[in-house]
Amino acid sequence: MTNPKIKKKDRALTVSWIVVAAVYAAVFAAEQVISPNSMLFTVLKKGATYALVAVSMNLLNGFTGIFSLGQAGFMLLGAYTYAIFTIPLEHRSSVYQYFNGGVVQFTLPWFLAMILAGLVAAFFAWLIGLPVLRLKSDYLAIATLGFAEIIRAILQWNQLGPVTNGSNMLRLFPNFNSFNILKADGSVAVYLSTTVPFLIAGVCIGLIVLLLHSGYGRAFKSIRDDEVAAEAMGVNLAHHKQLAFCISSFFAGVGGAMLAMYQTTVQAKSFTTAMTYEILLMVVIGGVGSVTGSVISSFLFVACSEWWLRFLDNEQFIGDFQVPLLRNGFRLVVFSIIIMVVVLFFRRGIMGTRELPDVIRALPGAVRSLPEKMRARRERRSASRKEAGR
Amino acid sequence: MKKFVAILLAAMMLLSVSAMAENIVKIGVYEPASGDSGAGGKQETLGVQYANLETPTVVIGGEEYKVELVYADNGSSTDKAPSAAQELVSAGVSVVLGSYGSGVSIAGSEYFKNANIPAIGLTCTNPQVTAGNSHYFRVCFLDPFQGTVLANYAFSTLGARTAYCLAELGNDYDVGLVTYFKQAFEDLGGTVISDTFPTNNSDFTSYLTNAAMYGADVFFCPVSIAYSTQILQQAASQGVEFPILGGDTLDSNVVAAAAVGTNIDLTIDTFYQEGANAAFDEGFKAWLNSDATALANNGGNDTISAVSVMGYDGYYVALEALKAAGTTDSAAVMAVLPSIEYTGVTGLIKFDENGDAVRTSAFVKKVNNETGAWEFVTEQTVE
Amino acid sequence: MWNTVFPYLLSGISVGGQYALIAIGYTMVYGILRLINFAHGDVFMVAGIIMVYMSASGMPLWVTIPLVLILTALIGFVIERVAYKPLRSAPRMSVMISAIGVSYTLQNLVLYVTGGLNKTYPTIPLISQTVTVLGAKTKAVTLVTPVLTLVLVLLLVTLINKTKIGMAMRAVSKDFETSQLMGIKINSVISATFVIGSFLAGVGSVLYFTNYPTVIQTSGAMPGLKAFVAAVFGGIGSIPGAVIGAFIIGIMENIIKGLDVILFKSGVISAPLGLSTFSDAFTFALLIVILIVKPTGLFGEKATDKV
Repeated sequence: MTNPKIKKKDRALTVSWIVVAAVYAAVFAAEQVISPNSMLFTVLKKGATYALVAVSMNLLNGFTGIFSLGQAGFMLLGAYTYAIFTIPLEHRSSVYQYFNGGVVQFTLPWFLAMILAGLVAAFFAWLIGLPVLRLKSDYLAIATLGFAEIIRAILQWNQLGPVTNGSNMLRLFPNFNSFNILKADGSVAVYLSTTVPFLIAGVCIGLIVLLLHSGYGRAFKSIRDDEVAAEAMGVNLAHHKQLAFCISSFFAGVGGAMLAMYQTTVQAKSFTTAMTYEILLMVVIGGVGSVTGSVISSFLFVACSEWWLRFLDNEQFIGDFQVPLLRNGFRLVVFSIIIMVVVLFFRRGIMGTRELPDVIRALPGAVRSLPEKMRARRERRSASRKEAGR
Repeated sequence: MKKFVAILLAAMMLLSVSAMAENIVKIGVYEPASGDSGAGGKQETLGVQYANLETPTVVIGGEEYKVELVYADNGSSTDKAPSAAQELVSAGVSVVLGSYGSGVSIAGSEYFKNANIPAIGLTCTNPQVTAGNSHYFRVCFLDPFQGTVLANYAFSTLGARTAYCLAELGNDYDVGLVTYFKQAFEDLGGTVISDTFPTNNSDFTSYLTNAAMYGADVFFCPVSIAYSTQILQQAASQGVEFPILGGDTLDSNVVAAAAVGTNIDLTIDTFYQEGANAAFDEGFKAWLNSDATALANNGGNDTISAVSVMGYDGYYVALEALKAAGTTDSAAVMAVLPSIEYTGVTGLIKFDENGDAVRTSAFVKKVNNETGAWEFVTEQTVE
Repeated sequence: MWNTVFPYLLSGISVGGQYALIAIGYTMVYGILRLINFAHGDVFMVAGIIMVYMSASGMPLWVTIPLVLILTALIGFVIERVAYKPLRSAPRMSVMISAIGVSYTLQNLVLYVTGGLNKTYPTIPLISQTVTVLGAKTKAVTLVTPVLTLVLVLLLVTLINKTKIGMAMRAVSKDFETSQLMGIKINSVISATFVIGSFLAGVGSVLYFTNYPTVIQTSGAMPGLKAFVAAVFGGIGSIPGAVIGAFIIGIMENIIKGLDVILFKSGVISAPLGLSTFSDAFTFALLIVILIVKPTGLFGEKATDKV
């Protein structure tokens, strides 16, 4: 057990854990110190939600090689399941105003509803997967996209109104702010409205990482690399694809529930293919096949679109000079150009297929060992010169 | 990662520094500037801007404050609404005006509530906006009232017995108003058939055919400006025979322009009739004609939309509240809002226990197919 | 019964013809590059926006229409050169993502230019007039569309079967690499495909927006998706298949919108069920069924491998 290689790997892992813990500590601390009205928390909450969804999409598209575009549909199922089962009874008559309070007359605790959200999404994924997973590449993509649209239409159908509230908004369910611990007078004692979503997303992403490191994960990757070879090696293709599809959808469902909590209202109308495309772009920018990449790019994506690039939408003056072009919508133009540049010129994205421990391993190690390597090379060169001279 | 955190912290410091300027009170304008309701949102914003131009300062607690309007575009969509609302909250506004469209108002509501910021709805007519909360107020009438007015008009004046209603799927305003219209119309003894179309639909020919097939006497479509113009154009080319009825969203010169040169009978109800307050009309028109951007935002001509008038009145209600609170603190403004009374261009505004303005009358207008102007039909009152 | 169904058929045929003109672009590009060109629907929308701005600048229609068609073809060409050509050797998923990126960019550009507001499409005389067909009133464009579509398709099929570039296209779509080895200039063939596809989308946009005269940045998304579904339905790579698929999709979609009425009138149901909610979803349901039952579509070539 004294293999230095393993020891080094362990060190990288430990450092990764420390980094992750530090991020959580920083988030928790920031939440206690900075005003809750800051855009920072909007970005962190939405970022955590999208990080989970992007990682779940990456599990499918990046690690298993199944090109699915149904993410928005599964998020929609999750969001609706969560909302329907958590709206407090006293609010039901006002939310389901056109349907006499709806038929669901009980509530579940938020974490049960969240798990149920995942299960419902996974169940529908299983149903859809039976016929669809036999299709290949872009046919699969377009079929899953179609299913997402069908799910959206069904949930909007007025005849299902007593359950889904028709096409109308679901609201007044517990949201992220419900996690704050209140004092007796109603003011906030401990802010947790950002930390808890971070924890939920963190646990889910952790489970996905564990899965990827298990035998299943290796089977998924072998399917991505070569289906025929994988099958020859004894990987049951249908079974493993179905499994990856259901698991990915489970987490997309949980992500949908988190999105509902973030938005405080949910409506089927907004879960369009454009949403799936956005998540896909996050995966690509982060690096297809890197969990760390998806997480980082989700936060960057949300921060850019919600916060950092906002100034581009308003007229700006430098002294008396009015900066040209800036008006409503310019932010999105700049943003889409950045995306095109990444897609065309940085095809591997931010991380490629590397993960956080890989980066840590590369960082100090590379710096420290560089002089050593150079010395070694110099010695080798002088040795060979000596030999040549002889 | 460290760098990332450092950048974040730096950005936040910048934000907090810029928020510390002296004697400025911020009013949030939470309106769609893009999307299906973009045209309406811009017209509503015009009213606020005009009022701000007219009265750019307010005396709060003995000191003069400059009123700064902070805009956030909610894109007419409920999923863009949260970040737009949060943007206003983080800008530190004392009170929010808006939004055009009930759905986005409801979607932003929770964010204002959490930050203890009061919001004054200008033309969002769905009861759900103010029901069950103490931070959302509104200066316009409500859908149950509006639905009744329209149903009475359709049944009594138009003599309709079968009504076909069309709403956009997932638009709380449309669906709500259709529901209240249906209730009222059926109570009168009529029959109602309602249909919905998906967002981004542009082919309404089959829906118009549906109405004709059911033998509808009136076609009720309280939809966004974007859809109503298309419905009118397609109805004209299909040569429909039934009159078309709309809610307050259709009160726009853009919609009226779509009916010019056709033989469509278009009637709507709304908050204000041009000519009711000559001084306001004159001033507003003069401003529109002097400002090219404003004129473009108003759809290219100087017809006054009722939503602009509501924006104008809403701004003054907000100023009254700031004066009464004596501070720019949003919680204090919220506390005094229920007791505010203000007589504006659209009459007396005072809030009931839900935070809704007490309104008992609506104007019914009809489009002139030659000039594209709205002509006054009647002022309908329901108790 | 016939009187009840006929108006829906009429709407369906009209919109079907417009889908067909878009679907051809999808099917040709897919036939050659095996790429779902997600940006194609947005090219269609951009053609509409260009038309709006050009006619607002006061140019007469006989200038604007040809100019719009040429510009649309040019946009198709540029998109291919900028966004797809650099990725020729990359995995197919990268190209598809690039297509999604282009779609996103075009939509956002139009959002910026228009300020996110609906633009009204100019009225084109002759085809905007109201005509009466068997008792149903409609715009003349409804009748012009299927005819024009068929004429254009015949021209296109002739081009593909009789000319040199057409032969090259057929060769490239059969075997990309071999045709390259045989000396076919692959890049010019692909460019020609994009130019033709975008040109037809431009024609489609003139017809479509004359019928439904409002353009906004999302106007291209749904027609684009449906046209793609039509292409798959008809058998992707097959031009007649795409056209027939488009007409079927257009008609079915309008029948669904009127299904409540049809069922109600024929006494099957006693009250409307709100089935028009499914007018878009039905298109996709049809797609999934055809993909599962006959993955190559109605007229698709028998593909040995669709990896």
